[in-house]
Amino acid sequence: MTNQGSASSLVDSPLVIDGKTYQSRLLVGTGKYKNLDETREAITASGAEIVTVAVRRTNIGQNPGEPNLLDVISPDKYTILPNTAGCYTAKDAVRTCKLARELLGGHNLVKLEVLGDQKTLYPDITETLIAAEELIKDGFKVMVYTTDDPIIAKRLEEMGCVAVMPLGAPIGSGLGIRNPYNIRMILENATVPILVDAGVGTASDATIAMELGCDGVLMNTAIAAAQNPVMMARAMKGAVECGRDAFLAGRMPRKLYASASSPIDGTFF
Amino acid sequence: MDVILNGEPKTIKSDSSILDLIQLLDLGDARIAVELNLEIVPRSEHSTIMLKAGDTLEIVHAIGGG
Repeated sequence: MTNQGSASSLVDSPLVIDGKTYQSRLLVGTGKYKNLDETREAITASGAEIVTVAVRRTNIGQNPGEPNLLDVISPDKYTILPNTAGCYTAKDAVRTCKLARELLGGHNLVKLEVLGDQKTLYPDITETLIAAEELIKDGFKVMVYTTDDPIIAKRLEEMGCVAVMPLGAPIGSGLGIRNPYNIRMILENATVPILVDAGVGTASDATIAMELGCDGVLMNTAIAAAQNPVMMARAMKGAVECGRDAFLAGRMPRKLYASASSPIDGTFF
Repeated sequence: MDVILNGEPKTIKSDSSILDLIQLLDLGDARIAVELNLEIVPRSEHSTIMLKAGDTLEIVHAIGGG
């Protein structure tokens, strides 16, 4: 047996974001679930340690005893990643992050997303750059949602974003990784974690992202909109782990023609 | 006096602090954040900052999102 298959070479280094170590490379959202019980069960099944939330107005005078998401997804157990979903300007995104920081007792890791329009939910890069700069200056640790443009990804990294998160396809589309070559280019240049955020539809999409060499995958709808979200969460956990292992193992080269698996020597016919 | 709370007019007693308003809304123990006239109000200042007529407040919390 060669050394290549030994136990020591089967160990992966953990994901590190802003100096904190994570065993799971799957990050999940908490939107679109039927109720908080389903949210909790799916997130447990996913094994995720970083969980995104949105910041919205509190209901005034309606259901005062209503359970709070943060009672179910406790900041003591999970790294809460507040997002700026629904923001179309840098100003709104910065304001949202400041409220999130106050809400989470000074926690300064945020997912920045500034959207361009409602139909595509594509990132508005101009506004994203403005917001990222302002947030970093204010001490935030920014994980930034962006297009799969390698030049912009590099610029966001150079500005000081702690992770760059290109889309695989539009948010909630489930179309998978539409431009794996761009993701590869982003990965080649990167010195911060690169996570595919948005576009994953099913387990194989998450595996493809990880096989490309991404440091992690962030998803919400692929789990929440599955017929059985808890089972899909478990599938995604496995898919991310499988893709990561396949990346580390290094795939065989693609060849146009066949190559026999059984030896030719010793044939008796 | 009237203030604007989460986009809606709300009548409250004069001499109300932010904490008084939070308690009036039954949000005393909730995980919330408060913004007054576009400025974040740290939790430690909720009891000392008094509201004025015409103030605009946002009270937010975390909900499900991606």
